[in-house]
Amino acid sequence: MVIVKEQDVVPFRNRVKEAAVKIGMGLVNQTKLITGASELVRNMLKYGKGGVAKIEILSTSRDRGIRLIFEDKGPGIPDIKKAMQDGFTTGRSMGLGLPGTKRLMSEFEIWSEINKGTTVTVVKWKNG
Amino acid sequence: MEKIPILRMGQFLLVTIQVDLYDQLAENLESDLVNMVKTHNAAGVLIDVSSVSIIDSFMGRILGNIATMSKIMDAETVVVGMQPAVAITLVELGLPLKGVHAALNVEKGMELLNSKLLLNKNEEDEDLEHDDNSDSSE
Repeated sequence: MVIVKEQDVVPFRNRVKEAAVKIGMGLVNQTKLITGASELVRNMLKYGKGGVAKIEILSTSRDRGIRLIFEDKGPGIPDIKKAMQDGFTTGRSMGLGLPGTKRLMSEFEIWSEINKGTTVTVVKWKNG
Repeated sequence: MEKIPILRMGQFLLVTIQVDLYDQLAENLESDLVNMVKTHNAAGVLIDVSSVSIIDSFMGRILGNIATMSKIMDAETVVVGMQPAVAITLVELGLPLKGVHAALNVEKGMELLNSKLLLNKNEEDEDLEHDDNSDSSE
Protein backbone atom coordinates (compact mmCIF):
# COMPACT_ATOMS: atom_id res chain seq x y z
CA MET A 1 0.00 0.00 0.00
CA VAL A 2 1.39 3.37 -1.04
CA ILE A 3 1.36 6.04 1.65
CA VAL A 4 1.87 9.62 0.53
CA LYS A 5 -0.50 11.70 2.63
CA GLU A 6 -1.86 11.83 6.15
CA GLN A 7 -5.30 10.61 5.11
CA ASP A 8 -3.74 7.33 3.94
CA VAL A 9 -2.90 6.48 7.54
CA VAL A 10 -6.44 5.63 8.67
CA PRO A 11 -7.18 3.14 5.84
CA PHE A 12 -3.76 1.59 6.39
CA ARG A 13 -4.47 1.12 10.09
CA ASN A 14 -7.77 -0.52 9.13
CA ARG A 15 -5.96 -2.94 6.79
CA VAL A 16 -3.57 -3.88 9.59
CA LYS A 17 -6.51 -4.44 11.90
CA GLU A 18 -8.25 -6.65 9.35
CA ALA A 19 -5.13 -8.80 9.04
CA ALA A 20 -4.78 -9.04 12.82
CA VAL A 21 -8.42 -10.02 13.24
CA LYS A 22 -8.03 -12.61 10.48
CA ILE A 23 -5.38 -14.52 12.42
CA GLY A 24 -7.34 -14.14 15.65
CA MET A 25 -4.95 -11.82 17.45
CA GLY A 26 -6.15 -10.67 20.87
CA LEU A 27 -7.32 -7.11 21.44
CA VAL A 28 -4.29 -5.96 23.43
CA ASN A 29 -1.77 -7.25 20.89
CA GLN A 30 -3.93 -5.88 18.09
CA THR A 31 -3.87 -2.44 19.69
CA LYS A 32 -0.11 -2.61 20.19
CA LEU A 33 0.40 -3.66 16.56
CA ILE A 34 -1.82 -0.92 15.14
CA THR A 35 -0.34 1.74 17.41
CA GLY A 36 3.17 0.74 16.36
CA ALA A 37 2.11 0.72 12.72
CA SER A 38 0.69 4.20 13.16
CA GLU A 39 3.99 5.47 14.59
CA LEU A 40 6.02 3.98 11.75
CA VAL A 41 3.69 5.27 9.06
CA ARG A 42 3.93 8.74 10.54
CA ASN A 43 7.74 8.54 10.54
CA MET A 44 7.67 7.49 6.93
CA LEU A 45 5.46 10.45 6.00
CA LYS A 46 7.28 13.00 8.08
CA TYR A 47 10.89 12.08 7.50
CA GLY A 48 10.79 9.90 4.39
CA LYS A 49 8.21 11.91 2.44
CA GLY A 50 5.99 8.88 2.03
CA GLY A 51 6.71 5.36 0.91
CA VAL A 52 5.32 1.87 0.68
CA ALA A 53 3.87 -0.15 3.54
CA LYS A 54 3.37 -3.90 3.22
CA ILE A 55 1.32 -6.23 5.38
CA GLU A 56 2.14 -9.97 5.48
CA ILE A 57 0.59 -12.79 7.44
CA LEU A 58 3.15 -15.21 8.89
CA SER A 59 2.42 -18.80 9.72
CA THR A 60 4.80 -21.11 11.53
CA SER A 61 4.14 -24.34 13.34
CA ARG A 62 4.31 -22.50 16.65
CA ASP A 63 2.43 -19.28 16.07
CA ARG A 64 0.90 -16.92 13.57
CA GLY A 65 1.77 -13.29 13.22
CA ILE A 66 1.79 -10.13 11.17
CA ARG A 67 4.82 -8.67 9.50
CA LEU A 68 4.80 -5.02 8.48
CA ILE A 69 7.41 -3.53 6.17
CA PHE A 70 7.81 0.22 5.75
CA GLU A 71 10.01 1.39 2.90
CA ASP A 72 10.84 4.94 2.03
CA LYS A 73 13.34 6.58 -0.28
CA GLY A 74 13.88 9.56 1.98
CA PRO A 75 17.08 11.08 3.37
CA GLY A 76 17.87 8.13 5.64
CA ILE A 77 18.78 8.19 9.32
CA PRO A 78 22.37 9.33 10.03
CA ASP A 79 22.61 7.76 13.49
CA ILE A 80 20.26 4.84 14.08
CA LYS A 81 21.56 4.24 17.60
CA LYS A 82 20.60 7.78 18.54
CA ALA A 83 17.23 7.53 16.78
CA MET A 84 16.44 4.46 18.89
CA GLN A 85 16.94 6.37 22.13
CA ASP A 86 13.91 7.52 24.10
CA GLY A 87 13.41 11.24 23.76
CA PHE A 88 15.69 11.80 20.80
CA THR A 89 14.03 13.71 18.00
CA THR A 90 14.97 15.88 15.06
CA GLY A 91 11.35 16.88 14.53
CA ARG A 92 9.04 18.53 17.00
CA SER A 93 7.66 15.36 18.50
CA MET A 94 8.58 13.56 21.70
CA GLY A 95 11.02 11.09 20.23
CA LEU A 96 9.02 8.05 21.30
CA GLY A 97 8.14 6.68 17.87
CA LEU A 98 11.00 4.28 17.18
CA PRO A 99 11.96 3.13 20.70
CA GLY A 100 8.30 2.97 21.77
CA THR A 101 7.36 0.93 18.73
CA LYS A 102 10.21 -1.49 19.41
CA ARG A 103 8.73 -2.10 22.85
CA LEU A 104 5.29 -2.77 21.36
CA MET A 105 6.48 -5.30 18.76
CA SER A 106 7.83 -8.82 18.98
CA GLU A 107 10.57 -8.21 16.46
CA PHE A 108 12.00 -4.96 15.15
CA GLU A 109 14.57 -4.35 12.43
CA ILE A 110 15.74 -1.12 10.92
CA TRP A 111 17.92 -0.47 7.92
CA SER A 112 18.89 2.94 6.71
CA GLU A 113 21.36 4.49 4.34
CA ILE A 114 21.95 8.21 3.86
CA ASN A 115 20.24 9.55 0.71
CA LYS A 116 18.90 6.09 -0.11
CA GLY A 117 16.12 5.58 2.35
CA THR A 118 14.96 3.69 5.38
CA THR A 119 13.28 0.32 5.79
CA VAL A 120 11.68 -0.75 9.04
CA THR A 121 10.43 -4.32 9.43
CA VAL A 122 8.39 -5.35 12.44
CA VAL A 123 6.71 -8.58 13.46
CA LYS A 124 4.00 -9.06 16.04
CA TRP A 125 3.20 -12.65 16.95
CA LYS A 126 -0.33 -13.53 17.89
CA ASN A 127 0.76 -14.79 21.28
CA GLY A 128 3.85 -12.69 21.83
CA MET B 1 -13.16 19.15 6.01
CA GLU B 2 -14.06 16.82 8.84
CA LYS B 3 -14.37 18.29 12.29
CA ILE B 4 -14.76 16.95 15.80
CA PRO B 5 -17.78 18.61 17.39
CA ILE B 6 -17.31 20.37 20.71
CA LEU B 7 -20.41 20.68 22.90
CA ARG B 8 -20.91 23.18 25.64
CA MET B 9 -22.41 21.96 28.92
CA GLY B 10 -22.65 24.72 31.50
CA GLN B 11 -19.13 25.69 32.41
CA PHE B 12 -17.62 22.70 30.67
CA LEU B 13 -16.76 21.69 27.15
CA LEU B 14 -17.57 18.16 26.08
CA VAL B 15 -15.80 16.37 23.24
CA THR B 16 -16.66 12.88 22.11
CA ILE B 17 -14.16 11.45 19.66
CA GLN B 18 -16.07 9.00 17.49
CA VAL B 19 -13.72 8.58 14.56
CA ASP B 20 -10.14 7.44 14.20
CA LEU B 21 -8.08 10.58 14.18
CA TYR B 22 -5.45 11.44 11.69
CA ASP B 23 -2.91 14.07 12.63
CA GLN B 24 -4.47 17.14 11.03
CA LEU B 25 -7.84 16.38 12.62
CA ALA B 26 -6.21 16.07 16.04
CA GLU B 27 -4.33 19.33 15.59
CA ASN B 28 -7.52 21.11 14.58
CA LEU B 29 -9.27 19.74 17.64
CA GLU B 30 -6.48 21.08 19.82
CA SER B 31 -6.73 24.63 18.49
CA ASP B 32 -10.55 24.60 18.36
CA LEU B 33 -10.73 23.45 21.98
CA VAL B 34 -8.26 25.97 23.31
CA ASN B 35 -10.06 28.76 21.45
CA MET B 36 -13.38 27.61 22.87
CA VAL B 37 -12.00 27.56 26.40
CA LYS B 38 -11.32 31.24 25.89
CA THR B 39 -14.54 32.26 24.12
CA HIS B 40 -16.83 30.34 26.49
CA ASN B 41 -14.85 30.98 29.65
CA ALA B 42 -14.85 27.24 30.25
CA ALA B 43 -13.76 25.88 33.60
CA GLY B 44 -13.22 22.36 32.38
CA VAL B 45 -12.76 20.18 29.32
CA LEU B 46 -14.05 16.63 29.15
CA ILE B 47 -12.76 14.38 26.38
CA ASP B 48 -14.52 11.06 25.82
CA VAL B 49 -12.17 8.58 24.15
CA SER B 50 -14.31 5.48 24.73
CA SER B 51 -14.69 4.78 21.02
CA VAL B 52 -11.05 5.46 20.19
CA SER B 53 -9.23 2.21 19.48
CA ILE B 54 -5.78 3.72 18.93
CA ILE B 55 -3.88 6.43 20.77
CA ASP B 56 -0.36 6.75 19.44
CA SER B 57 2.37 9.15 20.52
CA PHE B 58 1.01 11.98 18.38
CA MET B 59 -2.54 11.71 19.65
CA GLY B 60 -1.19 11.29 23.18
CA ARG B 61 0.85 14.43 22.80
CA ILE B 62 -2.22 16.32 21.60
CA LEU B 63 -4.15 15.20 24.69
CA GLY B 64 -1.26 16.32 26.89
CA ASN B 65 -1.07 19.64 25.04
CA ILE B 66 -4.78 20.27 25.47
CA ALA B 67 -4.47 19.62 29.21
CA THR B 68 -1.43 21.87 29.61
CA MET B 69 -2.88 24.69 27.49
CA SER B 70 -6.22 24.53 29.28
CA LYS B 71 -4.46 24.51 32.63
CA ILE B 72 -2.67 27.78 32.00
CA MET B 73 -6.03 29.17 30.92
CA ASP B 74 -7.53 28.06 34.24
CA ALA B 75 -9.46 25.04 32.96
CA GLU B 76 -9.07 21.40 33.98
CA THR B 77 -9.01 18.53 31.48
CA VAL B 78 -10.44 15.09 32.12
CA VAL B 79 -10.07 12.18 29.70
CA VAL B 80 -12.79 9.58 30.16
CA GLY B 81 -13.53 6.05 29.01
CA MET B 82 -10.10 4.92 27.89
CA GLN B 83 -10.11 1.31 26.74
CA PRO B 84 -7.85 -1.10 28.67
CA ALA B 85 -5.90 -2.13 25.58
CA VAL B 86 -5.25 1.51 24.75
CA ALA B 87 -4.01 2.20 28.28
CA ILE B 88 -1.65 -0.80 28.18
CA THR B 89 -0.27 0.32 24.83
CA LEU B 90 0.22 3.92 25.94
CA VAL B 91 2.25 2.93 28.97
CA GLU B 92 4.41 0.52 27.00
CA LEU B 93 4.95 3.14 24.37
CA GLY B 94 6.30 5.34 27.15
CA LEU B 95 3.60 7.97 27.23
CA PRO B 96 2.55 8.78 30.79
CA LEU B 97 0.03 11.55 29.84
CA LYS B 98 1.15 13.90 32.55
CA GLY B 99 -1.29 16.55 33.73
CA VAL B 100 -4.26 14.74 32.25
CA HIS B 101 -6.92 13.72 34.76
CA ALA B 102 -8.83 10.55 34.01
CA ALA B 103 -12.20 9.09 34.88
CA LEU B 104 -13.91 5.85 34.01
CA ASN B 105 -16.92 7.37 32.23
CA VAL B 106 -18.53 10.68 31.35
CA GLU B 107 -20.60 10.77 34.54
CA LYS B 108 -17.57 10.25 36.79
CA GLY B 109 -15.63 12.72 34.68
CA MET B 110 -18.28 15.38 35.26
CA GLU B 111 -18.19 14.67 39.00
CA LEU B 112 -14.42 15.05 38.96
CA LEU B 113 -14.60 18.37 37.13
CA ASN B 114 -17.27 19.62 39.51
CA SER B 115 -15.26 18.60 42.57
CA LYS B 116 -12.15 20.29 41.15
CA LEU B 117 -14.15 23.43 40.55
CA LEU B 118 -15.47 23.35 44.09
CA LEU B 119 -11.99 22.76 45.47
CA ASN B 120 -10.54 25.70 43.58
CA LYS B 121 -13.41 27.87 44.75
CA ASN B 122 -12.95 26.88 48.39
CA GLU B 123 -9.26 27.64 48.19
CA GLU B 124 -10.03 31.08 46.87
CA ASP B 125 -12.56 31.66 49.65
CA GLU B 126 -10.04 30.57 52.25
CA ASP B 127 -7.50 32.96 50.81
CA LEU B 128 -10.06 35.72 51.07
CA GLU B 129 -10.90 34.86 54.67
CA HIS B 130 -7.24 34.84 55.43
CA ASP B 131 -6.90 38.30 54.02
CA ASP B 132 -9.86 39.48 56.11
CA ASN B 133 -8.30 38.09 59.28
CA SER B 134 -4.99 39.75 58.69
CA ASP B 135 -6.79 42.99 58.03
CA SER B 136 -8.72 42.86 61.31
CA SER B 137 -5.65 42.06 63.38
CA GLU B 138 -3.87 45.17 62.17
